[in-house]
Amino acid sequence: MTAPTGDVIELREICTRFGSHTVHEGLNLCVRRGEILGLAGGSGSGKSVLLREMIGLQRPNSGEVRVFDQDLATLDAAQGQAMRRRWGVMFQRGGLFGSLSVRQNVGLPLREHSALDDALIDSIAEWKLALTGLPPEAGLKLPSELSGGMLKRAALARAIALDPELLFLDEPTSGLDPASSGGVDELILRTQALFDPTIVIVSHDLDLLWQVCDRVAVLGDGRVLALGTMDELSQDSQPTVAAYFTNHREAGPRARRAAA
Amino acid sequence: MPDAPRPAAAAPLEAALVHGPDEVWRLSGRWTIEGLGPVLKSQALAVAATKLVTLDGSALDEFDTAGAWVLRRWLGPNAPAPSLLAWPLDAATLMKEVQTDAALPVPTPPRFKLRERLGMAAVGAASRALAFLRFVGEIALAAFGPLRHRRGWWLRTIGHEIQIDGYDALPIIGLTSFLLGVVVAYQGADQLRHYGANVFVVELIGYAMLREFAPLIGAIIIAGRSGSAYAAQLGTMVVAEEVDALRTIGIDPLQRLVLPKVAAMVVALPLLTVFADITGVFGGMVMARSRLDIGYAEFIDRFGRVIHGSALLLGVGKSVVFALIIATVGGFQGLRTKSSADSVGRQTTLSVVQSIFLVIVADALFSVAFSVLRL
Repeated sequence: MTAPTGDVIELREICTRFGSHTVHEGLNLCVRRGEILGLAGGSGSGKSVLLREMIGLQRPNSGEVRVFDQDLATLDAAQGQAMRRRWGVMFQRGGLFGSLSVRQNVGLPLREHSALDDALIDSIAEWKLALTGLPPEAGLKLPSELSGGMLKRAALARAIALDPELLFLDEPTSGLDPASSGGVDELILRTQALFDPTIVIVSHDLDLLWQVCDRVAVLGDGRVLALGTMDELSQDSQPTVAAYFTNHREAGPRARRAAA
Repeated sequence: MPDAPRPAAAAPLEAALVHGPDEVWRLSGRWTIEGLGPVLKSQALAVAATKLVTLDGSALDEFDTAGAWVLRRWLGPNAPAPSLLAWPLDAATLMKEVQTDAALPVPTPPRFKLRERLGMAAVGAASRALAFLRFVGEIALAAFGPLRHRRGWWLRTIGHEIQIDGYDALPIIGLTSFLLGVVVAYQGADQLRHYGANVFVVELIGYAMLREFAPLIGAIIIAGRSGSAYAAQLGTMVVAEEVDALRTIGIDPLQRLVLPKVAAMVVALPLLTVFADITGVFGGMVMARSRLDIGYAEFIDRFGRVIHGSALLLGVGKSVVFALIIATVGGFQGLRTKSSADSVGRQTTLSVVQSIFLVIVADALFSVAFSVLRL
C-alpha cells in the first residue's frame, strides 16, 4: 500500500439540515491519500448524505468540502468536469442505466472522456468486467437481468472504468449473502492493489470494515464520534461507539471470526 | 499513477512512442485516457511491433488501463511479453496484469437473418395478442367472480377515479369539442350556402358531433390523458415490486388496480361524451349564426325535429366500448412493464398508441355494423 501523503478530501465544519432536522453539525474529517476509509454509523447518522456531499451531488448548509485541494463550492463547470474524471462512484443500488447493456454501461465513461475507438473501449470494458469477476457473457446482458451480486460487480466495474484516483463505494455489500460479501472484500483489495486509488466506503457491514479499511470513522450526533483503525475503535469507551460495535459483533459468525 | 503527484494543472504531455535502436521503443508522456488521443492518430502505432520488443518507460509520466490496452493491441495477439525497461513500479504491475490476462473473447450480440427476425416479430406479435386476450379474460373473471373488498371501498375508489379521469377532464374536453363544432360548421357553411341549403347545417353538426366526433375526441383525449398516466402508474408499481407485494398479501392486482379503473372509465367516458355533444353542438350553433344567419332559436327548433335520439345513444354506446378499450389496454401494458425505467416509458407510449389505434378500429367496425343494421 502506498504511504499516505497529504489529504485527498478535507471536510471542515460541515453542517447539514433538512428542515428542522440536523444531520451534521460541525463535522470535520480528512481522508488521506491512498487509504481505505470506512464511514460507519447507525441508520440516519448521515453517512450517505456525507458521501453525496463529497461527490458534489448535495451541498452542505455551511462548511467546506475540499477534494484534491479544491473547494467543491467554488469550482467552475470545467474544473468540476475535470474533477469528476478523477473519481469513480458506485451507488448503493448500482445506478446502472437500464437501457444499456452492462458492457455499454462500463464503456460509457470511456466513450464520454476519451478518443479511443469502439473496439478498444469494448475490450477495456470487458477486461474491467472480468477484473470484477463477471463472466464474459454478462457484458451483453441488461442490468435488470443480473442478480444482486453481479449488479454490484458491474457497478464497481463502471466506477473503475477510468482508473479513478478516488473511489466512492456506497454500501458495496448491502443485500448480499455472506459468501458474496467476502468476494466484495477481495474485489476492493484487488482494485486497490492494481490502481491504487483512495477509497471511501460507506457501510454497515462490520466484516467489510474489518477486512479492508485502514481507518474507520464512526458518525453520530452530527459529527465524527471516533476515528481510527478497527482495533482502536473496538476498544473505544464512548457508549454509542461501543454499542455499535458490540451489537454488530454478536450479529454473525463471520464477524466473530474476523474479530478473533 | 497516484504515487507521483499528477500534473493535472500542468500542460498536458501527450503520449508518444519513438522507435530507437535494437527494437527499443521509448514511451513518453501521459499514456492515459486524456493523453492518448494524438498517439492513436499518429503513425507510430501503424508500424507493427516485431517479435521481441523492449519498452523503455523511463520518460513515462502517467499510465493507465487505456494505455496498457493500446500497447497490448499494438503488440498483437499472442505476442511474447515485452521486456519493460525502467518502468515505474505500479505502471509495470498494471502493464503485466493486462498483458498476461488471457485474450478475452469479446462476445458480440447474436445477429439474426432477415427471415429469422421476421419470424421472431410474428411470434412476438401473436404472443402479445394472445396475452392481451388472456388479460381480457382475467378481467372478466375478476369482475364476475366474488369481489373481495367491501362496498364502501369500491364506491370510494371508483368515485375518486371518476373525479380524476372524468370531472377533471371536463374543461379540456369541452374546449376541444367546442372548437371541433366550430370547424365542422365553418367547413360545411360554404358548401351549403352554394345550394341555399343553409338550414341543413343543423343535420351536419348534429349527426357529425353526436355520432362520430364527440365519442372519438373524448376517447382520444382520455387515452392520452388518463390511459398514459394509468399505464405509467402501474409500470412504476411493477418496478417497485408493489404489484408482487399485493399478490403475496393475497390481493388480486386485477381486482384492486384494474377493475376500479375499468368501472370508472365506463362511467366517466360516456358522461364526458354527452358533455362533448353539448359543447360541440353549441360551437356549431355559434358558427351557424355568424356565417349562415341561423339564429339560436331556429337552430334548436330544427335540431329537436330532425335529429333522432338514436344518434345520441349510438355515440354514447360507442364511448362505453372505447372506455373499455382504453382502460384494458392501459392496464395490460402497465402490468407488462419489466423492471427498468426504460420499460415504464415504452409501455406508457405503447398504451396510448395502441388504445387510440384500437379505438379507431372499433369506430370503423361500428360504422360498418351500423350501416348494415341501417341505424
